[in-house]
Amino acid sequence: MEPEVWRGMGLSDDEYAKITARLGREPNYLEVGIFAVMWSEHCSYKTSKPVLRKFPTEGPQVLQGPGENAGILDIGDGWGVAFKMESHNHPSAIEPYQGAATGVGGILRDIFTMGARPVAVLDALRFGPLTEENNKLLLRGVVRGIGGYGNSIGIPTVGGDVYFDPAFSGNPLVNVMAVGILRRENIATGAAKGTGNPVMIVGARTGRDGIHGATFASVELTAESESRRSAVQVGDPFMEKLLMEACLELIQAGILIGIQDMGAAGLTCSASEMAGRGGSGVEIDLDLVPRRETGMTPYEIMLSESQERMLVVPRAGSEAQVEEVLTRWGLEAATIGRVTGDGLLRLTEGGEVIASVPVAALTEEAPVYRRPAREPAYIAELRAADLSGLQPRRPAEDILLALLKNPTITGKSWIYRQYDHQVGTNTAALPGGGAAVLRIRGARRGIALTTDCNSRLTYMDPFYGGAWAVAEAAQNIVCAGARPLGITDCLNFGNPERPEIFWQFEQACAGVAAACTAFDTPVTGGNVSFYNETPERAIYPTPMIGMVGLLEDVERLCPAVFPAAGDKIFLLGSAEGLLAGSEYLSQFEGLVAGALPPLDLPALKKRLDFVLTAHEGGLLTAASDIAEGGFAVALTEMAAAVGARVDLPVDLPGGGGGILAALFGEGPGRYILTAAAGAERELTALAAKWGQPFACIGVTGGDRLTIALGGAAALNAERARCRAAYENALGDLMD
Amino acid sequence: MKIGIVRFPGSNCETDCLEAWRVMGAEAEMLWHQETSVRGCDLIVLPGGFSYGDYLRAGAIARYSPVMPAVIRHAREGGLVWGICNGFQILTECGLLPGALLRNAGLSFVCAPQHLRVENAATAFTRAYAPGQIVSLPVNHGEGNYYIDAAGLQELEEEGRVVFRYVTESGAEGGAGNPNGSVNNIAGIVSRAGNVLGMMPHPERAVESLIGGEDGGGMFRSVLAGKE
Repeated sequence: MEPEVWRGMGLSDDEYAKITARLGREPNYLEVGIFAVMWSEHCSYKTSKPVLRKFPTEGPQVLQGPGENAGILDIGDGWGVAFKMESHNHPSAIEPYQGAATGVGGILRDIFTMGARPVAVLDALRFGPLTEENNKLLLRGVVRGIGGYGNSIGIPTVGGDVYFDPAFSGNPLVNVMAVGILRRENIATGAAKGTGNPVMIVGARTGRDGIHGATFASVELTAESESRRSAVQVGDPFMEKLLMEACLELIQAGILIGIQDMGAAGLTCSASEMAGRGGSGVEIDLDLVPRRETGMTPYEIMLSESQERMLVVPRAGSEAQVEEVLTRWGLEAATIGRVTGDGLLRLTEGGEVIASVPVAALTEEAPVYRRPAREPAYIAELRAADLSGLQPRRPAEDILLALLKNPTITGKSWIYRQYDHQVGTNTAALPGGGAAVLRIRGARRGIALTTDCNSRLTYMDPFYGGAWAVAEAAQNIVCAGARPLGITDCLNFGNPERPEIFWQFEQACAGVAAACTAFDTPVTGGNVSFYNETPERAIYPTPMIGMVGLLEDVERLCPAVFPAAGDKIFLLGSAEGLLAGSEYLSQFEGLVAGALPPLDLPALKKRLDFVLTAHEGGLLTAASDIAEGGFAVALTEMAAAVGARVDLPVDLPGGGGGILAALFGEGPGRYILTAAAGAERELTALAAKWGQPFACIGVTGGDRLTIALGGAAALNAERARCRAAYENALGDLMD
Repeated sequence: MKIGIVRFPGSNCETDCLEAWRVMGAEAEMLWHQETSVRGCDLIVLPGGFSYGDYLRAGAIARYSPVMPAVIRHAREGGLVWGICNGFQILTECGLLPGALLRNAGLSFVCAPQHLRVENAATAFTRAYAPGQIVSLPVNHGEGNYYIDAAGLQELEEEGRVVFRYVTESGAEGGAGNPNGSVNNIAGIVSRAGNVLGMMPHPERAVESLIGGEDGGGMFRSVLAGKE
C-alpha cells in the first residue's frame, strides 16, 4: 500500500507500522480506514487521555461517570439526570445550519441512548465580532439550526451562553449540552455482550453523507475546508423524534443488552466501542445494512455518518419485538450481525471476510501521546501589563450604556426567542436570567442547568480560566437556589501538536480539576475538540463547563431579577472588581491584559455554601453573581422591572481607576442579593456567622439606577433607557 | 367529557396537553394517528408540534392522516375540536377552518409570552373569560401568520368568529403587539357552528403558576363546564 493512502486518512507512518505489527500482516484498504477513524483524535482522545485522567470523576452522586455515552447524576428518590456536552465546531464553520442542527441531534442521541428522556438543550456559542458579515451569517445560521432541530423534535432549548471575540472569527464554537431524566432502574449502557445475540441497526438508512466527519474534525480549518462540505451531515429531526420514542420504548421493555448511537465514524465506532465495553467481538454482514443509495463500498458503509441511526443488541429471540416497535414508529430495523466471543470486529460481504481486526486494537490499545508543553511567551507579557493608570474616558452612564450594547454582555432574546424553550412544560426559569431551572414532573425536585466559560481569561491564564469556568457555573447554580452536583465539559483548543497549545490544555484542565475537587462537582464525561485554528490564529482556549444542580423544592427557585420595589440590596464579596481581562478593558482600551490573582477555591466554596444556606433559610428574594461588565451591568440585568439605588462601601482616594474597578470590574465570588426589608437583620447575622464580606448597599425601586461609591455619586441612569439598550442591541445588529 | 388528543408522528405537545388536562382535573387519552375512529370522544385536541416533520407546509401531510376523516366527521356532527398551533395549521389544511397560516412576518421562529384579547367569550372554549379580557399565553411557531382573503376576513369579523386577537399588554393592536404579521392581529378563530377552534398560542403551557402562568386555565375550565 502506498504511504499516501494512510497519510491521506490521517495516520502517521509510525501508527501504520503499529497496525501492521499488531495484525501481523499488512492491513487492507478498509482496515486502514477503520484504524484511521478509530485512532483519530476525535475518537481515540490519544492526546487528551493522559490529561483527562486527572479529573475527579467519583462521588456518591455519580451513577455513571466517564466512558459511557453520557454521565448520570443521582438526584434522589430513584431519579437520575443524564447529561453531556459536545462540540460541532468545524461542521458549523462551513455549514452553520446543518452543523449546529446535527450537533443537537447527536448529543440528544447520547442522552436517550442511556435510557433517559431528553428534557433540555443548552448551547454555548462563540463567534467572531458581529462587525464582520461572515460572523453574522454564522450566528444566524447556527441559531436557526439549533432552533430548527430542537423545536421540531420537541426538546426545549433552555439556556446557554454566547461570547463574541476576534479569536473566534472563522472558527466559531458550537457546543451543545443535552440533559435527560430517567429512573435508575432504566439506565441503559452501550455494551455488546452475550455471544450469539443479534446486532441490529435501527432508524435511518445509511448513505454517503458525513463520511470523514471524524477525521475532518481532527485537522485545522483551511481555505480547502469549504470543499469538504460533504463531510457535514444533514439532520432530520422528525426521524430522530420517532427514533427517540422507539428507543425509549425498547429500553423500557427491557429487551436490550446494549444500545449506542452512531455519531462520529458511524458503524465503525459504534460497533467497536460496544464490543470493547462488552469485552466481546462483533461480526457484521455489510450486505444486510439498509442503504439509501446504491453502489456504496464497504468503506463508505463503515464510515458513513448518516444521522438518526442506532446500533442495538437485543436478547436473542427478541428481534421481532424490536422490529414491531420500530415499524409502529414508521422506522426500519435490520439484523446485520451478531455478538461473538473472539474479540474481533469482523466484516463480511458476499460471504467473504473483508476485514478482521481485534477490537482491543481499535479501542483500548489506540496510541496515547504525551505531547510536549511549553508556556507561551505572551502569558508573562499580559500578566506584566500595568493597569494602574487607567482613567475613565467617558461619563459612567455612557460607559454603562455602551457595555449594555456589547454583544457579549447584551440581552440574548434575539437568540432565545427563536428557540422553543418551553415545550415539555417543565421550564420554571426561562432564558435570560442566570441558570435555567426545570421541574422534574412527578417529583418535588428541580434541576438547575448552566454553561459557562470565560475564554479570554482562559487565554490570559489557562489554569485560572479552567477553575473560574467551574466556579462561575457553580455561582450561577447557587444563585438559582440549587446545590451544584457535577459537570460535563467540552474542551475546545487549538492544535495540540504545538507545545504552547498543549500547555494551555494541560493548565486549563488542571484548573477544572482543582475547582471540581474543591466544589465536589465530579466530571461525568465530556468531549475534547482540538485543531480549532484557522491559518490566521488559534481560538482562545475554551474549557466549556456544563453544570447540573439540584433544588430540593423547585417552588423555591430564586429569580435573577428584582421581584419587587422596597427590597434591600446586598453586596456579597469584594466591592472592588478586577479590571484585568474585563469587558471594559477590551471594549474601551482595546486591551486583553492584566494579572489575575490566584483563585481562593476554598473561600469560593464557602461562599457558595453561604448563599445556599441563605436560600434554605428563605431569606433571599433574588440573587445574581457579578460577571462580565461588572457591578453596574449586573445591577441593570437585575433591574428588569424596577430600578435601584445603592451606595458601595469603597474608599477611593486614588479616584478614576478605582471608580472603573468598582463599577465595571469583574472578578470571582461577587454577588448581588436581595431580601425583603424584614429579613435584613437575620441575613446580615448569617453572613457574619459565615465570615463573609457582606454589606447592605441599598434598596430596589424607582425608575433610575443610581450608584454611589463611598457616598459620592458615581452613576445615575434612567432604568428604561439602560434596559432598552440591553434588550434591543442584538436584534438591532442582526435584523 | 371524554377527551382525546391525537398523536401524529412529530407531534410534540401532546403530553403537555395531557398533563394540562390532568392539572385542570380531567383525564384525557391519546389517539394514535393510524386509528380510524375517535373512540366516542366528546372533544378532540390536535396538539402542537411538527406533524410528519412539516417539511412541506405545516399540517399539509397530517390532513391525510388515517385519523383525520374521523375527526372531520366528528366536527361535522357538531363535536368539539380544538387545534393548538400545529393543530390550527392542520384544521386550516383540512378545511374545518378557513384561511391559512403563513411563514411569520420577519421569517423567524418566535417563542415568547404574548398578550391576547378574548374577543369572543361566548364559545364553548372561552366562556370562563370576560369579554375583552386580556390574557398572557406563550406563542411558539414559525408559521403562525394568519391569512384569509378580504371577503373571508369580513365574514369572520361580522360573525364574531375571531376568538383571540394579539395585543400589547395595554390592549393596543398592531406593531409590537403582533408577533407574526397575522391579518387583523388574529390569533384564534372558531367555526361558524362554534364547535371547532383553532389558535396559535399555547394555553396548555399556561395552567400552572410555576410554569408560564395560569391564564390558559380558563379554556380548560370552559370546556369542562360544558360537560353537563
